[in-house]
Amino acid sequence: MRFLTSLVLALVFLGSAHASVTEATLDNGMRVLVKRDARAPIAVSMVWYRIGGSYEEPGSTGLSHVLEHMMFRGTKNTEPGEFSRTISALGGSENAFTSRDYTAYFETLAVEHLDKALELEADRMRNMTLNNDEFLRELEVVKEERRLRTDDKPTGLLYEQLMSTAYRASSYQNPVIGWMNDLDQMKVEDLKRWYDMWYQPNNATLVVVGDVEGADVVAMAKKHFGSIPRGDVPQLRETPEPPQRGLTRVNVSVPAKQPYLLMGYKVPVIGSGAEEWEPYALAVLSSILDGGDSARLTSEMVREQKLAASAGASYDAYSRLPSLFLMDGVPNEGVNLDQIEQALLEQVKRLHDAPISSDELKRVVTQAVAQKVFAADSFMSQAMELGSLDSIGFDWRLVNVEIENLKKVTPEQVQAVAKKYLVERNLTIARLDPEQTGAQQ
Amino acid sequence: MKKLITLFVLIGLGFSVNALAVPKIQTWTSDAGAKVMFVPADSLPMVDVRVVFDAGGARDGDLPGLATFTNALLTEGAGELDAAAFAENIESRGIQIGSSSLRDMAWLTLRSLTDPEVLSVGLTRLSEALAQPRFDQDAIDRIRDQMHAVLRQQEQSPSDIASREFYATLFAGHPYGVPTEGTKASVDRINLVAIKAFHKKYYVAKNAVISIVGAQTREQAEQIANQVTRDLPQGEKAPLIAMPTQIKPVDKKIDYDSSQSHVYLGMLGMSRHDPDYIPLYVGNQVLGGGSLVSLLGEEVRNKRGLSYSVYSYFSASRQPGPFVMVAQTKNTQVKEAAEVMKETLAKFANESLTEELLKDAKQNIVFGFPMQIANNSKMVGYISMIGFYDMPIDWLERLPRLVNEVTLDEVRDAFKRRVKVENLSTVIVGG
Repeated sequence: MRFLTSLVLALVFLGSAHASVTEATLDNGMRVLVKRDARAPIAVSMVWYRIGGSYEEPGSTGLSHVLEHMMFRGTKNTEPGEFSRTISALGGSENAFTSRDYTAYFETLAVEHLDKALELEADRMRNMTLNNDEFLRELEVVKEERRLRTDDKPTGLLYEQLMSTAYRASSYQNPVIGWMNDLDQMKVEDLKRWYDMWYQPNNATLVVVGDVEGADVVAMAKKHFGSIPRGDVPQLRETPEPPQRGLTRVNVSVPAKQPYLLMGYKVPVIGSGAEEWEPYALAVLSSILDGGDSARLTSEMVREQKLAASAGASYDAYSRLPSLFLMDGVPNEGVNLDQIEQALLEQVKRLHDAPISSDELKRVVTQAVAQKVFAADSFMSQAMELGSLDSIGFDWRLVNVEIENLKKVTPEQVQAVAKKYLVERNLTIARLDPEQTGAQQ
Repeated sequence: MKKLITLFVLIGLGFSVNALAVPKIQTWTSDAGAKVMFVPADSLPMVDVRVVFDAGGARDGDLPGLATFTNALLTEGAGELDAAAFAENIESRGIQIGSSSLRDMAWLTLRSLTDPEVLSVGLTRLSEALAQPRFDQDAIDRIRDQMHAVLRQQEQSPSDIASREFYATLFAGHPYGVPTEGTKASVDRINLVAIKAFHKKYYVAKNAVISIVGAQTREQAEQIANQVTRDLPQGEKAPLIAMPTQIKPVDKKIDYDSSQSHVYLGMLGMSRHDPDYIPLYVGNQVLGGGSLVSLLGEEVRNKRGLSYSVYSYFSASRQPGPFVMVAQTKNTQVKEAAEVMKETLAKFANESLTEELLKDAKQNIVFGFPMQIANNSKMVGYISMIGFYDMPIDWLERLPRLVNEVTLDEVRDAFKRRVKVENLSTVIVGG
């Protein structure tokens, strides 16, 4: 039984290595990736924009996500909600999500309706009306979403506080949903500016996975998106994170019942490590700690030491900027957060002091190989993998060399990344100390 | 897997279903007496097995949480292997075995590559987890600790508090009203004797449905089913639980220090075998079933900006579960939101439901049906539901046809008879 869901959109190592991908770039710069999977007569269509929470400036957090909501509220050619009603009546399901690094819109539908989905997506790429009345109502919806996901959810608050405390400059400090104060002062003009800056064909990637032929989808993409002119997409001015100088702590005290500790080490991701193998070694390390019930955290903190109801670690090697290696623990009754913290730090120390065993390494690689096959069962996972990699500026072919790169990782390399990155001066610890109020039944 | 091309045209409503490709479910009884459901899927070298028992929280009796507790213990050591050895044995081969339970059912899942050596280990562990769980004392202590942590997490979630209270209210005195996660006191009372008795009674072949989807032949699937249930006693199918009845509606408010209030409005709904199942299911799709398209979404979210997430559903179970409408909004607006939801329901059957809305909802269900079963994990979930609730074996073809055939009058009539606003109970949790 596991009780914690991952707090970040974790890109596990997945995908089917052998399936071929058709890749094209339209004249206006829009990218197209198509993967054939003919197991069912359906298609997943996703339009990815390279825009998200980490593109936003102080005072404007939440802009990308509110814009995502407004993308369903009417274009020059469609009424508010018409997009959703049309897709729904075709039997499709659709939605969208915004992350730190990208915003994506998706439809899953019978393959014969793919053309309609692309027509509608092309329409909303440049034709949004962004009506002020619609905006004011939708902004209230987003505030309710923030209350639901963060303000009234102690673990959500803790994650938000961890990120905003760990980073002094990096835009990964921004909550994707936005600070409530920023939502309060947001204007429809801000959205219009944001839409014109980033919703351009040369800042977008279409991904289709399903019972389709690559060339047909590329032709369909040309038909619908091809006439949209290339836009001026700004060069993003990054705010690199300065070195952290020591352990950082944040305590969150809210009405809650279950104490909780979440901590993160600043680590490189693919493309930002000193050595190419470092992110793969960190991925292995994460599975050594938390790759199932036989991994170290559950074996030791849950089963042997009986300190935690659950304990975990997570790391996403695929992100635009250097990120956090997260560890967390839910203490059992009678166990305090000092004990959880100490136990997690002891696990890290053990990784410094001794190389992992070859059996552990073998288990991690075997699981990765199996999970790659399992992940190919999901149309959505396959599309997510291609679109997310492309949107953060990576070559999607990375998925084909993942297993190879994981297999090359040695116990010494795992020890080396632990010693180099999982150190106190890179660490931020966030603790949820419940304020004892709450339900009065 | 495009096999059955069914062609039928719906007269009068103006849309046709012209190519529904649904795989045929194969079914038989295992040597030990368990019902088996099988769909071959050859594209990927993997297999999913799900073994479902009528052993959910509705069987808790006077020990709320017992079904969840027992189910969670199955994978915490079995046969010769304690919890650590069990986990190491499967995970070192990339095998995944999971456990889960709801009110009606409890189950174990296996996901494995088809490599014969790997799969054989997975099936051995699965059959041992079902028939020879060790119930070691330290595993019992651990699951007890974890269940207490779940209860503490629920206590700090206004939506969980509301959901628990909603079930306790609507199903007071009925097994569906018992919280599946238990209570602080009941979780402390659960012991080895109770766990063993529960396991002995309910984890038996005649109370099981085995579903298999993956790259296996019929012969291999038969072997899987026999191996998985080989050591299970034949036992008896669990008796049907009592029929719940509609309560006299009540309004409850629980104070909680949160910025939003969570609203649950509902009444007794329908079972899987309800004669009104299709009209109520299709009607609810219009009312609050669509994720971004529904009348509740339009009234509460789009027109008024009151809530991020608003929806309704029938929890169709062995016996009638609830019909429920849910939303959450900042505390000052909660009365308004509840009123809008009630009014949307009140106007639904007589005014709001039109031919056009019904047609769109039917098309959504029918054309969207292939997505419900498009991959192995969805398929194994779907066929195990069909098997568990003893639905017709041709349900994958039948459901779209029945949805297609339902008329506006039938939906209106079913809602007028079954979903009366005056029967709504209200549970609100918030500040």
